[in-house]
Amino acid sequence: MTDFAAFRQETRAWLEANCPPAMRTWMPEDEQVAGGKRASYVRPEQKIWLDRMAAKGWTAPTWPTRYGGGGLSAEEATVLDEEMQDLGCRTPLRGMGLSMLGPTLLEYGTEEQRQTHIPKIVTGEIRWCQGYSEPGSGSDLASLSTRAVLQGEHFLVNGHKIWTSNAHLSDWIFCLVRTDPTVRKHDGISFLLIDMNDPGVRPRPIKLISGKSVFCETFFENVQVPASHLVGQLNKGWTIAKRLLEHERKGIGGIGARAAAKFETPPEAVAKMHLGEIDGKVADPVLRDRLAAYSMDAAAFQLTRRRAAEEAESGAPPGPLSAMFKYYATELNKRRYETILESEGFQGLGWEGEGFADDELRFTREWLRSKANSIEGGTSEIQLNIIAKRVLGLPD
Amino acid sequence: MTLILNEETRMVRDTALDFFRERSPILALRKLRDDSDPDGFDRALWRQMAELGWTGFLVSEDYGGSGFGVTGLGQAMEAAGRTLAATPLLSTALLGASLLDLGGSAGQKDEYLAPLVAGNLIVALALEESARHAPHRIATIADDSCHLTGEKRFVLDGHIADLLIVVARDSEGIGLYLVDPRAPGVTRTRTTMVDSRNASIVTLQHAPAERLGGGTALLDTVLDRARACLAAEMLGSATEAFERTVQYLKDRKQFGVQIGTFQALKHRAAQMFCEIEVTRSAVVAALSALDEQRPDAAALISLAKAKANDTIYLCGNEGVQMHGGIGMTDEHEIGFFLKRARVAQATFGDSVFHRDRYATLMGY
Repeated sequence: MTDFAAFRQETRAWLEANCPPAMRTWMPEDEQVAGGKRASYVRPEQKIWLDRMAAKGWTAPTWPTRYGGGGLSAEEATVLDEEMQDLGCRTPLRGMGLSMLGPTLLEYGTEEQRQTHIPKIVTGEIRWCQGYSEPGSGSDLASLSTRAVLQGEHFLVNGHKIWTSNAHLSDWIFCLVRTDPTVRKHDGISFLLIDMNDPGVRPRPIKLISGKSVFCETFFENVQVPASHLVGQLNKGWTIAKRLLEHERKGIGGIGARAAAKFETPPEAVAKMHLGEIDGKVADPVLRDRLAAYSMDAAAFQLTRRRAAEEAESGAPPGPLSAMFKYYATELNKRRYETILESEGFQGLGWEGEGFADDELRFTREWLRSKANSIEGGTSEIQLNIIAKRVLGLPD
Repeated sequence: MTLILNEETRMVRDTALDFFRERSPILALRKLRDDSDPDGFDRALWRQMAELGWTGFLVSEDYGGSGFGVTGLGQAMEAAGRTLAATPLLSTALLGASLLDLGGSAGQKDEYLAPLVAGNLIVALALEESARHAPHRIATIADDSCHLTGEKRFVLDGHIADLLIVVARDSEGIGLYLVDPRAPGVTRTRTTMVDSRNASIVTLQHAPAERLGGGTALLDTVLDRARACLAAEMLGSATEAFERTVQYLKDRKQFGVQIGTFQALKHRAAQMFCEIEVTRSAVVAALSALDEQRPDAAALISLAKAKANDTIYLCGNEGVQMHGGIGMTDEHEIGFFLKRARVAQATFGDSVFHRDRYATLMGY
């Protein structure tokens, strides 16, 4: 215990000395740092903070130091996280390299692949995106048809991916491709790393109901990919794909538990502001009850995350339970914004411009954005299928 | 606050699970009901539970208990919930033991705690007066000569109690009083409840009483213990109903296949699983917060009871629905869970009560 106390003290001192004051404020969405060669910064402190954290490997605290990670134990990483939350430090770097590809390469990548890609994920030099879904392959992901044909030292890739988040801002894409169309659908898939610099790779942003374009579709036309960019064995990509999805779901399941919580306006405060209060209570008893129901489910879910963390052996990979976290967290996040919009009344209906506070406009967009939570990374229905099959043992 | 059980507590849990499965399956509750058993519980079984130490978990060592704590008793109650065992754990081992241990004078403790711990004294808390849980809305009056007048409803184990603890209004506010149920002026009417468990109406007409220490604060403390442990019991019942239902989905065939292959049922089963997991976290947190005397214990307890209410409701109702026609029969046991759920939900605060309390505690 005393060891962690010392580590906590050191960590806090370092954060206080190195985290610029501007990075201890609420982080608007356009100031999230995801790195990459096309990264742009609203303020210089974003880059300073990223570089300082990356130099310590603390953008990826638990990854091995030989790949540029922080080399921290799970307990130390928790201490770091808690201190960052307490000081209100922004997450210096986010993205699919950190949350999905890195852990997958650490488990399945060759030494060369790890040496090549992981350090650049840690520093934010390279931004990754995910090439999983296709227009004809959503929930039935394994039916994907983007083809990769091995020709000597290269794969020739042709196909069409969709929901490739931020593909237009990314440098590389990890892709599921069909390498054998003659066998059962799960047995002909491979996991490939593709440099998006190739002129045959064309991302196109898709405008969403929230008015934003975080998702893209990405076209591949005669793209040559070196055979060494295959992760794992040929036609054995489905296992890797599923493991990566567990990391993705774990990440999405973490909604609401991020450092930004310190600056977030809680639904209770929104309700008081818009509905008024009587003796300290939200004035509308029906909405107050609904609000409490939401907040209590959210609190019980946070306790469940904690219980799972305590139960899991440190460093254990996420298992089928991640399906429950993904399902529950995303359904809760949708309820959060429904509750907020319900409290706001007319003020929750603005799209842009005059007549609305910044927060009100932001909540409206977040409400729309939250609708994707229970679709991306496997729909809620798919998560329930996984629980039924893998946890409850119900028959197919 | 830790959310995983320590070794000792896990041992209590395992012992209790075996105990109830072997000695008090649901068949025992059915028999008590069908025989119109005058006691409504099994006295021999209760003494065995006392021998296992459960009656002394909330009694200090000076008075023959172990002071093992609320989390320990919660494990015994969760196991009891698995088989819907009708026992005085809540009325006596929790409410009676806590009120006497925390509020009793040395003389009162000497007199009552030893027989309670030995399993020879049943205690009932006479609290409720209206149609729903309202612990501070008390009309029963204690006069200056310490005589009580009023009517109490939904007194758990009231008709078999050897000692009543009555909540009454006196010159200082709300007080707790010991009443001999056989004293003049006390009338007890057993009520037959939908869950086949014990409850009574207790009428007090200038009944002689003896003051127990403490008032509203003690009552609230002890009610919180009761809510947390009852939530544990309900979690046990919900889990059992759920597991039986999942097994039925694997066993029952229609259209030539197991009905568990149908997505309409799978998804609802998976949702029940999530609710049980989330409820379990809230229950463990509430028990742990009580033992650690954390300042946020009250909020965590309301969280646990509200979640347990909603989850046992879900699992009881889905359990019957997914069992189809057989689930409607008295012969099948799944219906016992539905009936118990409704009573347990109303006991010491339904979900509306606890959401209101939670919101108030959280400042909105």
